[in-house]
Amino acid sequence: MSAVQIASVNTPSSEPDRASWYEASARQRIRSLLDAGSFEEFIGPEQRELSPHLGIFNLPAQFDDGMIVGRGRLRGEPVFIAAQEGRFMGGAFGEVHGAKLTGLVRAARDATSIPLLILFDTGGVRLQEANAGEVAIAEIMRAIIEARLAGVKVVGLIGGRAGCYGGGSLIAGCCSALAISEHGRLSVSGPEVIETNRGVEEFDSKDRALVWRTMGGKHRRLIGAVDAFVDDTMSAFRDAAVRLIESGPRFGADVLDAEQARLEDRLARFGTCADALDVWTSAGVDAAAAVPALPSEEFIALADKVRSIRHDAR
Amino acid sequence: MTLDKILACLFPNGHDVQNSGGVLLGSGSLKDGRPVDVIGVADRTPIGVDEAIVVARRVRDAVRRGGDGPILVLVDSDSQRMSKRDELLGLSEFLAHLAKNLILADLQGRHTVGLLYGHSAAGAFIATALSTRTLVALPGADPAVMDLPSMSRVTKLSLDVLQEKAKSTPVFAPGAENIGRVGAILAVWDENASLADQLQALVVGSGDNGDRRDRLGKARKGRPKAADIAERVRGLALHRQ
Amino acid sequence: METLSYRHRAEHRAGGTKPMALVGVVASGNLEVLVERVLPGTECQVDISTAAEGFGAVWEAVVADFVERRSPGGLKLSINDGGARPDTVALRLAQAVRSIEENDR
Repeated sequence: MSAVQIASVNTPSSEPDRASWYEASARQRIRSLLDAGSFEEFIGPEQRELSPHLGIFNLPAQFDDGMIVGRGRLRGEPVFIAAQEGRFMGGAFGEVHGAKLTGLVRAARDATSIPLLILFDTGGVRLQEANAGEVAIAEIMRAIIEARLAGVKVVGLIGGRAGCYGGGSLIAGCCSALAISEHGRLSVSGPEVIETNRGVEEFDSKDRALVWRTMGGKHRRLIGAVDAFVDDTMSAFRDAAVRLIESGPRFGADVLDAEQARLEDRLARFGTCADALDVWTSAGVDAAAAVPALPSEEFIALADKVRSIRHDAR
Repeated sequence: MTLDKILACLFPNGHDVQNSGGVLLGSGSLKDGRPVDVIGVADRTPIGVDEAIVVARRVRDAVRRGGDGPILVLVDSDSQRMSKRDELLGLSEFLAHLAKNLILADLQGRHTVGLLYGHSAAGAFIATALSTRTLVALPGADPAVMDLPSMSRVTKLSLDVLQEKAKSTPVFAPGAENIGRVGAILAVWDENASLADQLQALVVGSGDNGDRRDRLGKARKGRPKAADIAERVRGLALHRQ
Repeated sequence: METLSYRHRAEHRAGGTKPMALVGVVASGNLEVLVERVLPGTECQVDISTAAEGFGAVWEAVVADFVERRSPGGLKLSINDGGARPDTVALRLAQAVRSIEENDR
């Protein structure tokens, strides 16, 4: 079988490096991230491995089931790459979608020398295939830990329309490093789910500022939930991916001990804070209320002053 | 079966498992004498940052104490705790941290066995029961990804329609039977037989810690494509070096 | 779900050498088109899978118009439709042909 190029429409502007990650499709992100012409897809759309379950709900399937997996080169070095299409079924994990990523992670585990990039854009488990999606997430998590024990770096990139929610956020928590943009959100329960279950006083899902303060990229950077905050551009994500592939020690008990301490410390410092503004103030940010409006460059400088990033505790 | 009864049946020679605010901790021993570290979540307690960090520490402590006996994870939880505070503090990291502790313990020789005896859902289910190597359930266990009424709200399909569709596929609706069909639950135990014997049988000769859930799901026809797709991707990825 | 299939003879073969291309996404009001250079001569085929049943006549007209305008000879175009309007369908079909006719990058 020969490698095929899948061309995509809506080619980015004449400055592809500055193209928005958020606005791009999964395939555009892969093409912009990797060295030109280096991407080779596994089980591409022409294989027509559709979801066997969506038809029961009279829902249209997508040829790649919203998960694109393959390999390519990043600044000359081989990488495995997986990208979720957030506009198809909310990027959610179904049987085939999940299995493609499971297989790729297992390959990374077995190869041991090729890092893995996961481009998250997901609302979590696909409800129409809930049980298959849920167990797939658990399989992926286990495979990632097996891969990391073998020395593989698994870098997650978060900045798409669907965010990184539900089971996706748990997979992200198994990665060796994460990069997030302002648009990115990382959370287990989504805003609507919290509001439906606990009421609008607990969480007003329509309050966008609240959503971003609580789950968004800037907050995750300030609280130490991610390793890098990046501008919403292809080049920023690429630079972060290159950097994060090299960062951090091999996974093991020491890393988990360090993470235990990191998370216990977080609870001790911020466990009684009512809102992100209180967390940021406690963390040493002078003008917390001004953080959401800060442009990326200034925010990154502020965040670096307030909290240096540890890469050995994830 | 009540939790007390379950523990008594699992450990006829005694145990010291305590329940502190829904978090279980203690130990017992197998019939062959090997110690069993016990952790878990009881009373349908939601798992938030406060619960996850404690249970994770227990797993780590059990591993640090040494030995090669299994770690038994008893599960009767709610879903993850749904609150502003828990998400503010980064619940995803706490749940992943718990999962990683369980997964690492198993990969380093402490066979993790999950026993689902009540409820569990969503992120809590993933971080506990689904992060063990071997998951079994007692009759009456009722795991779910999401309850049907909530699913109805989100998918905008009526409850009747969902219940009707659930008759023809195990792939989405709650229940141990369905979740077993996709390969996630190895077996439902016989509550009228010795639980100690059933536990002993699970951990005998259990050196193989590979994840076979997708193959089980294929054999049970709950997940017809996953195992083959995963293996095809793995093969393609390794072949083109 | 409804599946439709239309076979035509185009005026000439589509240009370029790429074996396939993919445009679009299956989302509300959108569609994906997988285009493969797999048919002989000037034959072309458009296969559609859609949840919106009963619009055969509309699809037939859009496809016929597309074949007339774009001459997609040799191409098989496979559509997964998310409930797109006819003008969006026409756009994606045109984009698909343009995509497969482009030089490899």
